[in-house]
Amino acid sequence: MSINQEFKPKIVAFCCNWCSYAGADLAGGSRLSYPADVKIIRVPCSCRVNPMFILRAFERGADGVIICGCHPGDCHYSTGNYYARRRMTLLFSMLDYLGIERERTRVEWVSAAEGVKFSTTMNEFVSAVRELGPNRRLGDLRCKD
Amino acid sequence: MNGIGVFVCHCGSNIAATVDVKKVVEMAKLEPGVVHAEEYQYMCSEAGQERIAKAIREKNLSGVVVCSCSPRMHETTFRKCAEKAGLNPYMVEIANLREQCSWVHKDINEGTEKAVILTRAAIAKVSLNTSLVAGESGVTKRALVIGGGIAGIQTALDIADAGYEVDIVEKTPSIGGKMAQLDKTFPTLDCSACILTPKMVDAAAHEKINIYSYSEVEKVSGFVGDFTVDIRKKARYVDMNKCTGCGACMEKCPSKKALSEFNSGLSNRPAIYTPFAQAIPNVPVIDPSQCLKLKNDKCGLCARVCQAGAIDYKQEDEIVTRKYGAIVVATGFEVIKLDNYDEYAYSQSKDVITSLELERIMNAAGPTKGHLERLSDGKAPKNIVFIQCVGSRCADNKGKSYCSKICCMYTAKHAILIRDKYPDVNVTVFYIDVRTPGKNFDEFYRRAVEEYGVNYVKGQVGKVTPEPNGKLTVHGVDLLDNKQLKVEADMVVLAAAIEPSPEVRSIATMLTASIDTNNFITEAHPKLRPVESPTAGVFLSGVCQGPKDIPETVSQAGAAAVKVIGLLAKDKLLTNPCTAKADELLCNGCSACANVCPYGAISYEDKLINDHGIKKTHRVAVVNSALCQGCGACTVACPSGVMDLQGFSNRQIIAEVDAICR
Repeated sequence: MSINQEFKPKIVAFCCNWCSYAGADLAGGSRLSYPADVKIIRVPCSCRVNPMFILRAFERGADGVIICGCHPGDCHYSTGNYYARRRMTLLFSMLDYLGIERERTRVEWVSAAEGVKFSTTMNEFVSAVRELGPNRRLGDLRCKD
Repeated sequence: MNGIGVFVCHCGSNIAATVDVKKVVEMAKLEPGVVHAEEYQYMCSEAGQERIAKAIREKNLSGVVVCSCSPRMHETTFRKCAEKAGLNPYMVEIANLREQCSWVHKDINEGTEKAVILTRAAIAKVSLNTSLVAGESGVTKRALVIGGGIAGIQTALDIADAGYEVDIVEKTPSIGGKMAQLDKTFPTLDCSACILTPKMVDAAAHEKINIYSYSEVEKVSGFVGDFTVDIRKKARYVDMNKCTGCGACMEKCPSKKALSEFNSGLSNRPAIYTPFAQAIPNVPVIDPSQCLKLKNDKCGLCARVCQAGAIDYKQEDEIVTRKYGAIVVATGFEVIKLDNYDEYAYSQSKDVITSLELERIMNAAGPTKGHLERLSDGKAPKNIVFIQCVGSRCADNKGKSYCSKICCMYTAKHAILIRDKYPDVNVTVFYIDVRTPGKNFDEFYRRAVEEYGVNYVKGQVGKVTPEPNGKLTVHGVDLLDNKQLKVEADMVVLAAAIEPSPEVRSIATMLTASIDTNNFITEAHPKLRPVESPTAGVFLSGVCQGPKDIPETVSQAGAAAVKVIGLLAKDKLLTNPCTAKADELLCNGCSACANVCPYGAISYEDKLINDHGIKKTHRVAVVNSALCQGCGACTVACPSGVMDLQGFSNRQIIAEVDAICR
């Protein structure tokens, strides 16, 4: 499986500012490494993640997208992560239907104190995406003739 | 946007060791819109900031990207720097090259490649930034302290001494907390009550402090400077204004079977009670689960003996709504339940007790009037074994992973006090490590060993078995001699772990403060902002933030008070301008956004809209920027995509996605 070893997936991670982004910072402060394939986009809350952003990422060649928010009940804005959870459940099952495997999308709860969890989650996610290999690009049918 | 400047920080070798900063600068220069890029040792230093300011002025930059540490660290620093140089502070974006790149990747090629991409994403975002202006909001000059232990009392006193009003909400009938239950304090052996009660009296007498005892916080809304809090004053069934605290009711009450919370359940108390003699306020409460009158309408003796006519069986819970500018959490701790530790026979033998129970036994006002005796037969013990780390420092899920921090010292205290008062009692302590960092702490521990002859054994205890003759056998191991030990004991004392009060979870949820896996409230920064929670206007005092002893708690209480005073001293606060905004031209007023808004910040107005020359009135969403906290829930809920979040707009985030996936 030398192909998968060399394959460097493009992973987009949306992290909420209050929990998961801080958890990623803590992973950094604690030097808990994870693959450099993960690129983090800071959003105020997981509920800010519009399904459109995820579609866009797959359209542009992302191999995996992960959304990280505060644990249920701990959202800085009280209820944001519940919205994110529902929206993503719906979106991910639709993506699966479109041929983007379930393993390429994920929602995880990482608190500001869980540097270890952030690092292990990213390690797991990246290796799962590596197993799958490169993703098929989503095409934007609106732009086709 | 043209005129972006990129500033790459080496952070000494923190970034430069695993990121080729020169390469990042080179690559940044190739990005569209970038007119300036440079690197420097420490961008956050005065000289570094001056470089940014100079470039903004000389090259007339319209946007700035700083590639440095986390925005949670220095975003404010660089925004202020840009503002001073004449650029709108919200035209600054940070690429997190330290915490999320150089510190987690070891290979310089990988690190550099990722750094280039992160920089590219920040450049793409900043090119779509718009100037934002922070609004202003007022400050209610009153603070709320949740919890009336030593942490809460000290915080309240310090805030009140600065001239601001403070309310303390305490769930039990009296303030005082765990410290009131202690007999002596280490390492000075001061009498705990003697140093605490004057502070309790000071708090009660302070004209700026108002105590809501036997009360709980029920609901919190609002934000920094303007919190609205509902406080439930539980029914005491005693009129606070009429009661003189004579105590006749408690004496006459025939229902005396309830376990005294104050004495850790080792003695009984009447149904109408104050927790302890020095309680503040010195007004009893009736426990409705024990009172014969409230349970089955019999008795009523307390009302008959009360000269002041203060007993009121019809009293009901009352909700008080108050406004606060700042909130301090000082909810303290509880000793863990020992259900998981049956090997120590806590539930089987009365002579296996926790350290807090021993504290009550040693106290002159305690269940044994301060005489050291076995709870099973009242005999004086000859051999006492202390077991350390019961539930602390557990590698498995059985107990807590953390060190409870105070146990080594209070066990040394107990050992010294026992050996001092009863020199013929043998004291053995089983420990994993003895941890005594603190002023005069190690000296204190050494006195226990050297001067008082306490037998410290390094090793854990596997089992405690009650024997038919009433004694206990402690099966332990001596790691230094590498042998099994069997110690006969008359009494076993368990240094049980401490954990945050169970209420802290619901309180943290109400305050939207985050808590860690052990239920301790997370601080805004573990080193630099230890008394603030990440939620603006919410501060932390005492053990709710992590295990600490009394001196540490008092200093943290003072620090929290200073932060509160600093906040209340302001007349106006700047609000976050990253709020939601609807495109009025396209909004059809469907109400989808208002339905998901947790702050009720969205309302609808009929507005005259100029649609390319055609003027017509239609219903549009209007965001109250003072209420909006910028979560962005509405932006996704909007079916027409016209609701957007300033500072994190759809276009900005998509630009980041594109840059990363390019």
